[in-house]
Amino acid sequence: MKIVVLVKQVPDSGVERTLRVDDNTVDRGSAGNVINEMDEYAIEEALRLREAHGGEVTLLTMGPEKAAESIRKALSMGPDGAVHVLDDALPGSCAPATSKVLAAALTTLEPDLVLCGSESTDGRVQVIPHMLAERLGIAALTGARKLTVDADAVTIERQTEEGYEVIRAATPAIVSVWDTINEPRYPSFKGIKAAKKKPVRTLSLADLGIAADEVGTAGATSEVVSHSRRPPRSGGAKITDEGDGGVRLVEFLATEKFV
Amino acid sequence: MNRTSPLDLLDIDALHTQEELAIRAVVRQVVDEKVRPHVADWFERGEVPARLLAADFGKLGLLGMHLTGYGCAGASAVAYGMACLELEAGDSGVRSLVSVQGSLAMFAIWRFGSPAQKEKWLPGMAAGETIGCFGLTEPDHGSDPGGMTTRATREGAGWVLTGGKMWITNAPVADVAVVWARTADGIRGFLVPMDTPGVTAREISHKLSLRASSTGELVLDAVRLPADAMLPEAAGLKAPLSCLTEARFGIVWGSLGAARDCLHTAIAYAGDRTQFGRPIAGFQLTQGKLADMAVELQKGYLLAVHLGRAADAGRLTPEMVSAGKLNNVREALAIARTCRTILGANGISGEYPVLRHANNLESVLTYEGTTEIHQLVLGQKLTGLSAFA
Ligand SMILES: Cc1cc2nc3c(=O)[nH]c(=O)nc-3n(C[C@H](O)[C@H](O)[C@H](O)COP(=O)(O)OP(=O)(O)OC[C@H]3O[C@@H](n4cnc5c(N)ncnc54)[C@H](O)[C@@H]3O)c2cc1C
Repeated sequence: MKIVVLVKQVPDSGVERTLRVDDNTVDRGSAGNVINEMDEYAIEEALRLREAHGGEVTLLTMGPEKAAESIRKALSMGPDGAVHVLDDALPGSCAPATSKVLAAALTTLEPDLVLCGSESTDGRVQVIPHMLAERLGIAALTGARKLTVDADAVTIERQTEEGYEVIRAATPAIVSVWDTINEPRYPSFKGIKAAKKKPVRTLSLADLGIAADEVGTAGATSEVVSHSRRPPRSGGAKITDEGDGGVRLVEFLATEKFV
Repeated sequence: MNRTSPLDLLDIDALHTQEELAIRAVVRQVVDEKVRPHVADWFERGEVPARLLAADFGKLGLLGMHLTGYGCAGASAVAYGMACLELEAGDSGVRSLVSVQGSLAMFAIWRFGSPAQKEKWLPGMAAGETIGCFGLTEPDHGSDPGGMTTRATREGAGWVLTGGKMWITNAPVADVAVVWARTADGIRGFLVPMDTPGVTAREISHKLSLRASSTGELVLDAVRLPADAMLPEAAGLKAPLSCLTEARFGIVWGSLGAARDCLHTAIAYAGDRTQFGRPIAGFQLTQGKLADMAVELQKGYLLAVHLGRAADAGRLTPEMVSAGKLNNVREALAIARTCRTILGANGISGEYPVLRHANNLESVLTYEGTTEIHQLVLGQKLTGLSAFA
């Protein structure tokens, strides 16, 4: 089975992240870029499928030169190789443009199964799997907490607020996973050594037959017009219980989107 | 003003390769996830889930990582050192588990064992399924192991082992012990499965140091072993001493991890703690301590990197390792104690790692050659005169 895992390098969500003042895009220059956490679960799932059914696992990423570090790190978990779509015209690409590029790259790779994380910790739009499915004419099975593959079909348990749904589709298909699906392995020392020698193919927009003005800031279908920082934390609210303390606590948690 | 981490002052990471940094990142993550959240509790209870940790560490390739073949990762000495540092930033006891497994027990088999012994033991030990220990010290022979009284005598084709070993890390949880004993032709090493009749391991309790590590007394009461229990290539005291050189190398690095953790804790604490209306980090006396400690930590690290590169180039001598162990453990302990003062009363609390590290380092100062013994090694090298006895 040929599995392609979509991997994105994102700013570390464990530290403070910023948007750039000049063009309102995510500041990727600052230190601490990591593999999007959810993607590690997709990689782990792909590796388990390879262990059970054989085949090969290829990573696909679109990102700046710096993303090469994250590719090596992801390869040290065990995938066979990677494809890096790298082009000066790409920064600032919106979701539709990103899906156009990834779909073109996937077409050259001819996978039986595409795996990805359910969302990235920077964009958090969750639309890429659907857009890719549309462009490639394959099924999108999103939000998986469990995944099984047999003959020419894939079945997932799709995690919902209330429980789960069982969804099945013919392969090729694209599956996005949640962090409930498995426990990603740590890269082993042997894996780290081996990763240095694994093939990483770089593709440009020209290789994919996409014009520069279809992507990037130039081709973006949406634009972040402005942004501002959340106001600094103030003293904090104190709720004195006058019989309605519980209700007011919940209201507070709801406005802060904790519940 | 931003704070600079004490090990970033001299841009020391520039000395490392990407691969070394990648290995460090994984060990740091594992320590953050598997050790840090629990270690204060292990220390308090005087128990450590050695088997679970060994299995986790085995999956990474941490156990015997600097050895080659038989499932070992074949990493560089520098990478091994960096791993020891990260482990000991968690706890010296956890680093001891890995040191004893990889540098003492596995190294002894890897270096002095027969092909059959290596096949039999090393893959399981690398995977963390089999735990080893290393019995050299005896109740009456510590710094002077050459005086050991544990004996192995011939009985037919096999051996009978009688005696006792003391202060043996991992002994109570081990599957196999590498035991050093006196024979008719000098000191030899034996592989003793812990379930052999006549072998008992008793946990040493009431420790005030290295409590997140299992330490035991090994009693060998007429233990009958087959002929192939002896390590064929190990003859004389040189053999166990060469294992100690391996483990000491890890301590040169590891001790810095404990010191780094103390210094991180002290810097954060000093920034938060206000007295006389300002953070105590702003007082000159506090800054004097922090600056001196950071400088010592950097110096120790440069020494460790130097020894590591020498090891990878095949130039490392036991005296060089003695210099490293002498300096780095001594300085790490001084750093831990000074950090303790910065935390005031909280410094003696198990809620903070500082006194735990300081107490652990008391063991680290003693085992693998005491401060005095390393001074004597260097003194002999410098003067040509032995002052040991
Ligand atoms: C937690 C822990 C774990 C250990 N794990 C192991 C293990 O896994 N395997 C193992 O074999 N051993 C282990 N040891 C034992 C350790 O290696 C010994 O404790 C160490 O070698 C010192 O021996 P000793 O305790 O008998 O002290 P002694 O040798 O009695 O020394 C007491 C003091 O006298 C000094 N001294 C001794 N000789 C001289 C001299 N010639 N000149 C000047 N001063 C001298 C010493 O420096 C020390 O200060 C462990 C010890 C501890 C505390």
